[in-house]
Amino acid sequence: MKKLIEIRNLYFGFGHAPLLEDINLDIYEGDYILMMGPNGGGKTTLLKLMMGILKPLKGEMNFHPEIKNRLGYVPQFSDFNRSFPISVMDMVLTGCISSDNYLKRYTSSERDKAEAILKRLNLFEKSMENINSLSGGEVQRLLISRALVADPAVLLLDEPTTSIDQPSQSTLIDLLNDLHKEMTIVIVTHDPTPFAQIYKHVACVNHSLHYHNRGELDAGHLEEVYGCPVELLGHGIPHVLLDRH
Amino acid sequence: MDILSYEFIQNAIIAGILASIACGLIGPFVVSKRMVFISDGLSHTAFGGLGIAYWAGVNPLYGAIGFVLLTAVIIGLFEEKNLYRNDLLIGILWSVGMAIGIIFIYLTPGFAPDLMSFLFGNILTVPRSNIVIISILVCLVLLFITVFYKGFVSITLDEEFSRARGLPVRALNVGLLLLVAVSIVALIQVVGIVLIIALLTIPVAIANELSIRFRTIMLISVLIGALICLGGLAISYFVELPSGAVIILIGGGLLGAVKLLKAAVPR
Repeated sequence: MKKLIEIRNLYFGFGHAPLLEDINLDIYEGDYILMMGPNGGGKTTLLKLMMGILKPLKGEMNFHPEIKNRLGYVPQFSDFNRSFPISVMDMVLTGCISSDNYLKRYTSSERDKAEAILKRLNLFEKSMENINSLSGGEVQRLLISRALVADPAVLLLDEPTTSIDQPSQSTLIDLLNDLHKEMTIVIVTHDPTPFAQIYKHVACVNHSLHYHNRGELDAGHLEEVYGCPVELLGHGIPHVLLDRH
Repeated sequence: MDILSYEFIQNAIIAGILASIACGLIGPFVVSKRMVFISDGLSHTAFGGLGIAYWAGVNPLYGAIGFVLLTAVIIGLFEEKNLYRNDLLIGILWSVGMAIGIIFIYLTPGFAPDLMSFLFGNILTVPRSNIVIISILVCLVLLFITVFYKGFVSITLDEEFSRARGLPVRALNVGLLLLVAVSIVALIQVVGIVLIIALLTIPVAIANELSIRFRTIMLISVLIGALICLGGLAISYFVELPSGAVIILIGGGLLGAVKLLKAAVPR
């Protein structure tokens, strides 16, 4: 299996306090990884480091040449300017913008691609509507559409099931499971339940990261590490974290 | 129309149209990117440049250009490095800029005849030489907005996503601030330092009531800006009231009327 992302001895912090220490992680083609951990543990930060939004203090991040510029990013719901006056179609098109083409006009193939993705994600009939008229579930699909339009090989999502209702959540999970046939998926989440049937690994991040394959950890180990989070065991999900939890 | 044969009226009309283009192109970014306070701070720091220019005996507009551009760069760099809280930095630059202006005007011998027109605006006193400067500034704004439109929209919509896509977010942010600064200089003589922020926001607020598309909002803002600038010019000429204040009041009245009309007309 192809190794797409390799993170070695990565450190990050704001000021003097280290937020992430000695992070090591390999992500392979076809992975479906849940990144879990307590608030403030650094899981979103790790995602942003992988996306290049933040710069590490030290350490290495290596990407397979095939995925250069092919990381799709779906930020948290509240991270973009929802009051900005823009149509659904135009916002999806902004996913095509990169350092190479931001001075050029959108091409017809980019527009065709955006249209096809909106159709696939059942948003095409809303393509001319303003983004602030969308429901929570529709916004989440819009953010995924924007990431997909750049043809990603790895899709990184930050809390995609937060702020959406149950039916929208089911639709979203079905969509992600469908997308997983074509790409590697990494999800930061508080709630692993919706992904229990499909995930391959769980990487729990709490300042440092420990990684284990599905089934590698047993309930006893988990209880020992967490001390209490027994409800997670109920889902039968093995973990990958977990220092200083 | 004899009135149109006067050079000062021609200058005023041209200045009004140029100002409306500047505010229509930049205002939507100022409003959408929540840069209203930054823009207001920038416009007030122009007073420092005006004061120094008076003291040095050069065109006050040159002083304003230099000072506002310098302030925009300082804000852009400090913002990126998180060296100061944004509102704190702007508050400091705003007051320091004004203080420098007051000191230099005090040190300048004699009377500064058009100082009031810079502070409160007088579209009827814009000289032809300044029309040339304002034209160049507005052309620059038009050129840069056209070329960098996709980048500016991207950072206004989602700065973090833009960074993830590899866009030069820092450069684009500073670039947008510089364009705001240039637009402010273009607006100074029309409505004055004190009222500039109104011309950057009111036409956009009206346009926001009429459209949900960013490009259309820019276009409507230009048209609304021209309407209120030229309307204000006409009223201030015939009624002999301060033009800057009249322009802003027409804009405020128009916004109120559009809001009322929208509330009254069922969808």
